[in-house]
Amino acid sequence: MSKPEKLIENGIRLDGRRPDELRPIKIKVGVLNRADGSCYFEFGRNKVIAAVYGPREVHPRHQQKSTSAVVRYRYNMASFSVEERKRPGPDRRSIEVSKVSREALEPVIFQEYFPRSAIDIFVEVLQADAGTRTAGINAASIALADAGIPMKSLVSSCAVGKVDDTLVLDLFKDEDNYGQCDMPIAMTPDGNITLIQMDGHLTRDEFTEGLEMAKKGCLAIHELQKAALIEKYNSQLEGEVNDK
Amino acid sequence: MTNEIMAELRKDYIYNLMIKGEREDGRAFDQYRELTIDTNVIDKAEGSARVKLGDTHLVVGVKIQTGTPFPDTPDQGVIITNLELIPLASPVFEAGPPREDAIELARVVDRGIRESQAIDLSKLCITPGEKVWMVFIDVHVLDDGGNIMDAASLGAVAALLTAKLPNKRFDLGDDVNVPMRDVPVSVTAVEIGGSIMLDPSLDEQSIAGTRLTVTSNQEGNISAMQKSGVYPLTTEQINYIVDIAIEKAKEIREKFLVI
Repeated sequence: MSKPEKLIENGIRLDGRRPDELRPIKIKVGVLNRADGSCYFEFGRNKVIAAVYGPREVHPRHQQKSTSAVVRYRYNMASFSVEERKRPGPDRRSIEVSKVSREALEPVIFQEYFPRSAIDIFVEVLQADAGTRTAGINAASIALADAGIPMKSLVSSCAVGKVDDTLVLDLFKDEDNYGQCDMPIAMTPDGNITLIQMDGHLTRDEFTEGLEMAKKGCLAIHELQKAALIEKYNSQLEGEVNDK
Repeated sequence: MTNEIMAELRKDYIYNLMIKGEREDGRAFDQYRELTIDTNVIDKAEGSARVKLGDTHLVVGVKIQTGTPFPDTPDQGVIITNLELIPLASPVFEAGPPREDAIELARVVDRGIRESQAIDLSKLCITPGEKVWMVFIDVHVLDDGGNIMDAASLGAVAALLTAKLPNKRFDLGDDVNVPMRDVPVSVTAVEIGGSIMLDPSLDEQSIAGTRLTVTSNQEGNISAMQKSGVYPLTTEQINYIVDIAIEKAKEIREKFLVI
């Protein structure tokens, strides 16, 4: 697809959203049997799945810390997740995404409860449509909770960007490709920012406004994350009641 | 390991100084260490710069050669940024393929230059779809004294500002300057115990929970940002860092990077 003439018309974006509207989100908790915690997360056309293993023994041993757990995060894109086949395996981009995503979640995990152990987070992107790192963080945060890892709070993440000189929440692919800026953010519900990256062009005022916009988006996602976790455990509870 | 023990020992020291509003080397919180940039230090490179920022010492070389453009941008040149943390520069660096720290540094330097559109990539096109200039920016860290991030991006921009397209060597006419239209400057701040400091030294960097790099352009707009580290930042802290980063970038640009 070549650059569309307008990415926003009469205040409505190409996919029909208003500038401050998130894409539809679908969350399923506990979708994998072998993992200690897992989550399937759809963010518009993004489809990601996160699994958490641990706390468990650290391999290789030299990575272990004597006073806290090590948190490891692997972000991986399936070769079929994008238009042009992606060569399998980690590339420079996915190594960087893994690093910042791990750092986005580490502040909420009580790592000091589990010395000499590892908490492994694996995020697989099955389909990508801009915003995979934010979808991955949202999914991973739920999967950590599902695994019963003690956490201070959940972490919620979404991006804000600029298209046709207008700030927009949660870019989809065409807006990411042809827009003027992309700024992914992750934060805790009490407003601590655990991830911020930005590339493109923003004036000083647009930055402040964009940050506020992203925070609202994160809070909305946080409600959905909570609801998804409650739903899983409610349905488990109901199942147990019915068994008796 | 030595580094970790040192950091533990110095942590209290740096904290206590911080409470008094001081830093170990006597700088103000928003003050950079002494900075020197020498350009054209490598004759064989099309552009080069040696940066000394306090104890941090690195060399950036820009090599330019012809190549084929990417299929999705047939009329644009290519920039490739590479940075390695070689074992020569620190006892904690190891040989082998770049790890996440080095990759992150390289990618943030790259984004600062790319996203500010500092290089006019369309002017790097020789024959659309066939032949374009490929600009390789290689950062060679020689001594890690902290804040490699800012030193590397300053070096990259300084090297690019003096770099020439080697037209003669490829029978394309006379050598001309690399088409630069902006001068992005990265400014890195760390958060230590609630205080914000610019240009962290090695010790400050190793005890800081988080650093935030803000790259701004000549108009004072933001072209790239990266938070790195496990401690969260508040909106107020981020806005504060963005403000001083833009101001500091302007100062550095005027003093060191005049086109």
